[in-house]
Amino acid sequence: MKKKRSIKNREYAVIAYGFLGVFIAMSLYFAYYLTFEAEDFINNPYNARVSLFSENVIRGDVLSADGQVLATTEIAADGSETRSYPYGRVFAHAVGYNTNGKAGVELDGNFNMLRSHSFFLTRLINDFTDKKDQGDSVVTTLDASMQQAAYNAFGNYRGAVVAIEPSTGKILALMSKPDFDPAGIASQWDSLQSDSESSVLLNRATQGLYPPGSTFKILTALEYLHEGGSTEDAFNCEGTYTENGYTIHCYGNTAHGEEDLKGAFARSCNVAFSQTGLSLDLNKYRTLAENMLFNKDIPTKISNVKPSTFSLKKGDDPVLVMQTAIGQGDTLMTPLHGAIIAAAIDNEGVVMEPYIMDKIVNDNGDLVRPYFGETYGSIVSKEDAKKLKKLMRSVVTDGTGSALLSDNYKAYGKTGSAEYTSDKNATHSWFVGFANKDDKEVAVAVIMEGAGSGSSHAVPVARAMFDEYFKE
Amino acid sequence: MLHLLTTISKFTMIFIMALYTYFSFKALMPRISQESSAGLYKKQTALVMLLFINGYIVILMHTLYQNGEGEASSVTAAQMMLVLFLAELVLLRILFIIYKYFYGAASDALVNNMCMLLAVGFLILSRLSWDKALRQFFLAVAAVILTALIPLFVRKLKFLNKLAYLYAIIGIGGLGLVAVAGSTDYGAKLNISLGPVTIQPSEFIKILFVFFLASMLYNIKDIRQIYVATAIAGIHVLLLVAARDLGGAAIFGVTFLAMLYVATGRLSLFLGGMGLGMAGAFVASKIFTHVQNRIVAWKDPLSVIDSQGYQVAQSLFAIGTGGWMGSGLYEGMPEKIPVVTKDFIFAAISEEMGGIFALCLIFVCINCFLMFFNISMQIRDKFYKLIALGLGTVYGIQTFLTLGGVIRFIPSTGVTLPLVSYGGSSLISTMILFAVIQGLYCLREDQKREEEEIY
Ligand SMILES: [Zn+2]
Repeated sequence: MKKKRSIKNREYAVIAYGFLGVFIAMSLYFAYYLTFEAEDFINNPYNARVSLFSENVIRGDVLSADGQVLATTEIAADGSETRSYPYGRVFAHAVGYNTNGKAGVELDGNFNMLRSHSFFLTRLINDFTDKKDQGDSVVTTLDASMQQAAYNAFGNYRGAVVAIEPSTGKILALMSKPDFDPAGIASQWDSLQSDSESSVLLNRATQGLYPPGSTFKILTALEYLHEGGSTEDAFNCEGTYTENGYTIHCYGNTAHGEEDLKGAFARSCNVAFSQTGLSLDLNKYRTLAENMLFNKDIPTKISNVKPSTFSLKKGDDPVLVMQTAIGQGDTLMTPLHGAIIAAAIDNEGVVMEPYIMDKIVNDNGDLVRPYFGETYGSIVSKEDAKKLKKLMRSVVTDGTGSALLSDNYKAYGKTGSAEYTSDKNATHSWFVGFANKDDKEVAVAVIMEGAGSGSSHAVPVARAMFDEYFKE
Repeated sequence: MLHLLTTISKFTMIFIMALYTYFSFKALMPRISQESSAGLYKKQTALVMLLFINGYIVILMHTLYQNGEGEASSVTAAQMMLVLFLAELVLLRILFIIYKYFYGAASDALVNNMCMLLAVGFLILSRLSWDKALRQFFLAVAAVILTALIPLFVRKLKFLNKLAYLYAIIGIGGLGLVAVAGSTDYGAKLNISLGPVTIQPSEFIKILFVFFLASMLYNIKDIRQIYVATAIAGIHVLLLVAARDLGGAAIFGVTFLAMLYVATGRLSLFLGGMGLGMAGAFVASKIFTHVQNRIVAWKDPLSVIDSQGYQVAQSLFAIGTGGWMGSGLYEGMPEKIPVVTKDFIFAAISEEMGGIFALCLIFVCINCFLMFFNISMQIRDKFYKLIALGLGTVYGIQTFLTLGGVIRFIPSTGVTLPLVSYGGSSLISTMILFAVIQGLYCLREDQKREEEEIY
């Protein structure tokens, strides 16, 4: 009897197992979504649900890596809650704001801070007594003393500072100016919104697109070396160079005279680098730029990060080629991207994805969830990183970054003076670089709008940060 | 306190559902004794009731406190809700008694699953909308009455396999009518309005379609039978495509291929047909803008969240924010999801009752179609074998399309979750479908008796 039944049932079993397989795959996807993907969706500003949590939970704190309170919720006697920011404007863009929309860590950690992992008995008692639970806190990677150092050294310029730990991707400082009082966002909202000229709410560190100026010579030099060039190749600079009816000037029309590529890099000679640019295979140049994250989404979980752009291609006007080689032309770069490039060169070419939320802890300080630096991959080879390191060291020992010479640490970098209007004397002051001492290392990018040359303004800010980081 | 009750109930309901699901698969294991499986079914029945009561306690308390404690309007609403709860409880008991005592041979596993799916549907609808919950209750009463005798008919009427062309004519006529005169709903023509009622004919025709194919294919004497069956099945599918009901077209198409494969034993036909269907879907995605919209919304809902992606994104927000444990009833925002009571009811369940609960619900659906395929293998008569397999396929595909669409496993196709979603046509047709299968379980009993007489 059994036998008879099974004779003709093979096809039936195939269909049944087919369905079973498809449904199991679907269930696994469901579990995968809930476990891994959901978080990306939950924090979307269109998700109105998270705000419901605040009915049962007091929004948690934002803390610096060393435990300083950067944002907290204060509860008045009548039960009303206000968000306060003990450091005022210092962390304005990094920590962000929580009214009239959200930004910064207040945005990225929104869901986490509205969840409570307090001791369960406490929560139970709160339920019985109709009290709110204390939300979890976000411990950031931010170093309060580094942020303060950047803030103090920067002055009243507009611009941004980013500091990253190259081996992990931890963001130690993230500053953008002009800034705002995060506690007063609601009352100043209209004026902040209407002020389109200074874009106070724009986080220039992650969204400011600037011509990279001479800092881009890092890429030009590397492509030149890739195409058979050598750091000993000789150039002759008379302060200006005219080709195809266009004249390139060195900063302040300084004639750098006889020099090799290394010297041209150290002293940021535009004449030598525009000539270098003209010799390059533009498609390979572009590929190199894209490998180094131009025209790509910056690998990070931080929201609202703009991609940098590089548009030069084969057949473009030689004038544009000359400009692009010295970081002018159409190329645009964010300060965060500049810091990532510097960090990668320090880290043997490997990019660690920058992150700002280090862990979530409950109100007792117990770990709820850690975050780890994720490896994006190599953007330059180990050998290339070594070569670039030598060039960037020469900037400090023999060139525009000499103010960074220190007995306490070893600094590397590239300055830049980026023209942003037709007025050649008005330039953004750039510095990207890194410093290390034993196992300790830090990469920074500094941009100061319209401040002048890189060495005059951005380098002193970098110096202040390096000094702070390596202070005994 | 209300929050505490909700939170505790959230966990107890997950526990009850998980236990139920565990029992439903334990009972499926081979070599389980009759007594122990009977014991499991009894426990399952009790768990369904327990879940239903637990859920309604939360709903009643929230209704009572909705406008502040002691508010007269809240009290009235809570009283009405209490009446609905009791009426639904009685209905579920009646459904259970019909199959348990009048159809002794019916599958206990399927009755329990039916009650469970209906109970979950009742609960979430009462949570979402009083009006819809009430309507659904009356529709369920109608469905129970309409389908009460179906198992008997299936068991006794021996000419059901001779009506192939009648099934085909009604099917094509009905779908043709929808394609011509149907009302458009989210880009697809699905419904026919008859005065105050709108019905969705394809929900019923899919069952006739299975009967048609079974009648054509159970005894293939001539290859021409296959050609005719294919041609008529093709007309069904094309009419659905013309009405832009691509979910329906997929259900009919796959059902045809599965039945053809089983009837002929040739896997190449099934795979070739699936390939053809995929190609057709690809072409459709190039031609129909509403298909393109759904594909865009599936690939990256957040990038088109203001338009095509809104619904899927809201669904994913709901599921994700609810998480594994859920927010608890009334503590989420399922009303933010468009058409939440129909196509996206699973998202509301997952959001408020939890991802674990929702995953268990998927497994209860799996258990249902395994019971369908189980009877298709146990029964001897090929016509009935094909009926069971066809209905199992219809149920499986429909469930897959709706669940997969809600969780973004596949593009959403706009079909409902059988027995859970709001909607009369879907509810009644699914009850018919289950009733037919129960009829087959009764037939198997006759078959067993015959066999015992012979041996
Ligand atoms: Zn020069």
